[in-house]
Amino acid sequence: MIEQIRTIFSYGFMQNALLASLWISLAIGIIGTLVVLNRIVSLSGGIAHAAYGGVGLAYYFGQDPMLGALLFSSLSALVMGVAHRKSKTGADTLIGVMWSIGMAVGIIFIAMTPGYKANLMSYLFGSILAVSASDLKLMAVVSLLVLAFVVLSYRNLLAISYDETFSTVRNAHVNLIYLTMLVLIGLTVVVSMRMVGLILVIALLTIPAAIARIFLKDMRGIMALSTFLSALFCFLGLVISYQTNLQTGPVIILLASGVYLLSALVKKVQAVRNK
Amino acid sequence: MFRQAVISISDLWAGYEADTVLEDVNFDMYQDDYVGLIGPNGGGKTTLIRVILGLLQPDRGKITVMGASPKEGRRHVGYVPQFQVEDKHFPISVWDVVAMGRLKPGLFSNTFLSPHDKEAIEKALEQTNMLDLRKRTMNELSGGQRQRVYISRALATEPKILLLDEPTSSVDSQSSTQLYELLAELNERIAILLISHDLTAISTYVKTIGCVNRQLFYHHSKEITEDMLHSAYECPIDLIAHGLPHRVLPSHQHGEEHDRTN
Ligand SMILES: Nc1ncnc2c1ncn2[C@@H]1O[C@H](COP(=O)(O)OP(=O)(O)O)[C@@H](O)[C@H]1O
Ligand SMILES: [Mg+2]
Repeated sequence: MIEQIRTIFSYGFMQNALLASLWISLAIGIIGTLVVLNRIVSLSGGIAHAAYGGVGLAYYFGQDPMLGALLFSSLSALVMGVAHRKSKTGADTLIGVMWSIGMAVGIIFIAMTPGYKANLMSYLFGSILAVSASDLKLMAVVSLLVLAFVVLSYRNLLAISYDETFSTVRNAHVNLIYLTMLVLIGLTVVVSMRMVGLILVIALLTIPAAIARIFLKDMRGIMALSTFLSALFCFLGLVISYQTNLQTGPVIILLASGVYLLSALVKKVQAVRNK
Repeated sequence: MFRQAVISISDLWAGYEADTVLEDVNFDMYQDDYVGLIGPNGGGKTTLIRVILGLLQPDRGKITVMGASPKEGRRHVGYVPQFQVEDKHFPISVWDVVAMGRLKPGLFSNTFLSPHDKEAIEKALEQTNMLDLRKRTMNELSGGQRQRVYISRALATEPKILLLDEPTSSVDSQSSTQLYELLAELNERIAILLISHDLTAISTYVKTIGCVNRQLFYHHSKEITEDMLHSAYECPIDLIAHGLPHRVLPSHQHGEEHDRTN
């Protein structure tokens, strides 16, 4: 078994993929926890899909699609974030609209671009083969940014996630912290997209945090456990998909979902027993 | 001697979009005051608190908190919000909730708690007898204990004014007695504005009573006056139904020229 795993990761692209998993798991564990605790899963979905518009536009204009995705996700994060600050229900519609516009723009511009486009499918469904050295660098930068932000601003993040009104009364910089968090969600979504694809990225962002939340009662602990779980799911996903020739993204997500359902079940049984 | 009001409101109108909730509110509160506010549900009590805290921009009128605008002055205010069910399950410890009282403006100014921050948090937890439970998660607490944490959080801000919005609504009678005794003690140093439906407690502990029902009926006295009876009709009906102790009701028809008790 160990020998087999060693063989699998003797390939350069598998080493890249593993390294990528570890880097994005750091960002995903932290950001996913914030997304789950702040109940902004659909807003994060909106940011992810808006990013696809950036992929299409960048591709059409001959730029790096990652750059387009980063730009679009950050911008849409700001727009949706400001709307969300104004009115939570009003933002719901805007999120849906930007979600669709992003996808539509992406699809149209990619269709208008002549040439071979198989590579672009990797943005939708993810591909471990697609992880390049520059992607790795970007993942590391984003993850370290996320880590630095949460270390330096942990009490702010905890406070505005728990009780925004009280934080406002204390004159904490609620808007600035909130928008920074949203931009970091956008960046995390884009770098994670390389691994599991746009369509599944929200699942990878939320499931580890949702599992960790079942067992732990402290935001720091939930962030750490989600990071570990995300790395574990990615690692196992890589090994299984290599062995079975299945796509990595869906394998990772199915693994994560399975563990989530199991955890929820265990918790339910425990709760019933304790009664 | 001239006394500076800690909260001063004149000719204030406020509401949500087209809905006026508060009209023509005038109110002065001083450092040694302990004001109890009553009023029907939806009368605008929470809205008044939101205006004082600068969370809601008034449509008209002037309001100062500690002589400054609400957004400036609110740093001197310890705020205990009305209980909300939705954050009951958030994974946060008692200590971390009370530490929110030490939040400062700035993206990176809350990275570490200073020794003074920690002292203030500990002291605030001691005052409500919650220090031993500081490591508990909020959802492991009873309603009364949770309320005490919120009061600790307000005290951790080292406030000059304490605003409490129905602090005893989810608390058993023994805990609320303890709470009121603590408030009476705190009132030696802190001005208190208390919203409550607990009329017996209000009449026992507070120094002055007001009633909010679109308007604010307040005369810096402890009596329910005739104009309150007329204009805030629902309010005294409520009071009478609850069997309010005699001394709160006016002895004469016009009791508002009562001398100040402090
Ligand atoms: N965020 C809001 N948006 C619109 N209307 C509101 C809002 N909050 C309160 N109201 C309305 O303002 C009125 C006063 O509410 P509130 O100040 O909460 O009363 P109280 O605290 O005395 O029960 C009510 O009619 C209520 O429906
Ligand atoms: Mg209210």
